Amino acid sequence: MERSSPTAALPRILARFGYFEGMDGIHDLGGMSGFGPVEVEPDEPTFHRRWEARAFALNALGIRVLAAYNVHEYRHAVERMAPAHYLAASYYERWLTGIATLLVEKGVVSLAELEARAGGRFPLSQPAAEVKPDGVVIVTAAEPRFAVGDRVAVRDFRPAGHTRAPRYARGKRGVVAGVGRAFELPDLAGHALPAPAETTYRVEFPARELWADAAEAGASVVVDLWSSYLEPAP
Amino acid sequence: MKDPRETLEPAPVEARERALEQALGARVPADFVERRIEQAAENFDYRNGARVVARAWSDPAFRARLLADGGRASAELGFRAADREYLVVLENTDSLHNVIVCTQCSCTAWGVIGLPPDWYKSPEYRARLVREPRALLREMGLALPERVAVRVWDTSGETRYMVLPLRPPGTEGLGEAKLAELVTREMLIGVAR
Repeated sequence: MERSSPTAALPRILARFGYFEGMDGIHDLGGMSGFGPVEVEPDEPTFHRRWEARAFALNALGIRVLAAYNVHEYRHAVERMAPAHYLAASYYERWLTGIATLLVEKGVVSLAELEARAGGRFPLSQPAAEVKPDGVVIVTAAEPRFAVGDRVAVRDFRPAGHTRAPRYARGKRGVVAGVGRAFELPDLAGHALPAPAETTYRVEFPARELWADAAEAGASVVVDLWSSYLEPAP
Repeated sequence: MKDPRETLEPAPVEARERALEQALGARVPADFVERRIEQAAENFDYRNGARVVARAWSDPAFRARLLADGGRASAELGFRAADREYLVVLENTDSLHNVIVCTQCSCTAWGVIGLPPDWYKSPEYRARLVREPRALLREMGLALPERVAVRVWDTSGETRYMVLPLRPPGTEGLGEAKLAELVTREMLIGVAR
């Protein structure tokens, strides 16, 4: 699918310099404006329709039985949905789309067969960006680098691929409130790349640091962040 | 030229789910789907978390163990709070209220809170809670006094959270089973107190 025109190559060139806002995706909703009231359904059942429960089960099949993908790839597949589709889809439609996208990409099933059997279009997620490990990892550290009370800053970056550093926290300063366990870095694991375990940190940010003049008084947010997302702050 | 498929409506989502199962065919082991659904109904229930809270309200030593290692303490009651992840329990006090969200998807400690309700998974909750927790909690029926700080926990990593609510006044004589009945899923998430 490579094209030689300079316009088509531009996103890749920009990505190399960190300019492409590839995965500042629609899923990264924290702090976005314009959303209305939260509707609570009394006595809500776990599943509203039988197909939702079945889609839920199929993800366990894809991860554990077929071993076709891991949970990070699954999350990224949902994140790669077209923004309008993502917001319009119900929760389990997003599951179904993520699972089907991965099973098609991994060659387990074909889109043509899915659409023939469904009797209509089967919208999948958009293709993943190409991610290179050296563009992601800054400090892979299984041993803790920070202790409770340390001041840290979240690196400011615009990932082309999967990340679990929410956009609203990037570039912000906080204090380590808890040292978590070590887990594989999602930015690599989400692209099926070897991902060493890194210590995670629960970092507390005062509301003012995140939301400036829109902040509420007496509020803070704790974000769970991997070592590679963080640097020491003065 | 426009892709002709773009002019067609997507198949109904039920039909898409069925198509995926049919395309997988024999790669779905017999009864796998039904067993997984049953297993979810048995293991993923907020009433597990309610029992953990009731024990913590009744037994100070258990409470200390729960706050030190949520997963291990929950396992004492036979609950597997989380799978590959681990559980951190957040203690409400007279001057602090904790509330949980997952802004990027909808991660939850299934083993103690259950599979999350639709409102928790909604874009509205995910977008608004981190930015305007007091205003949103007030809309949802919880007006926090100014003297109570609110701490929002974004489940952005593999750590899973459960709120340990304050024991309601006037419940001194109640046993664990009765106490557990007082605990709602909303309290374990932190949109009720």
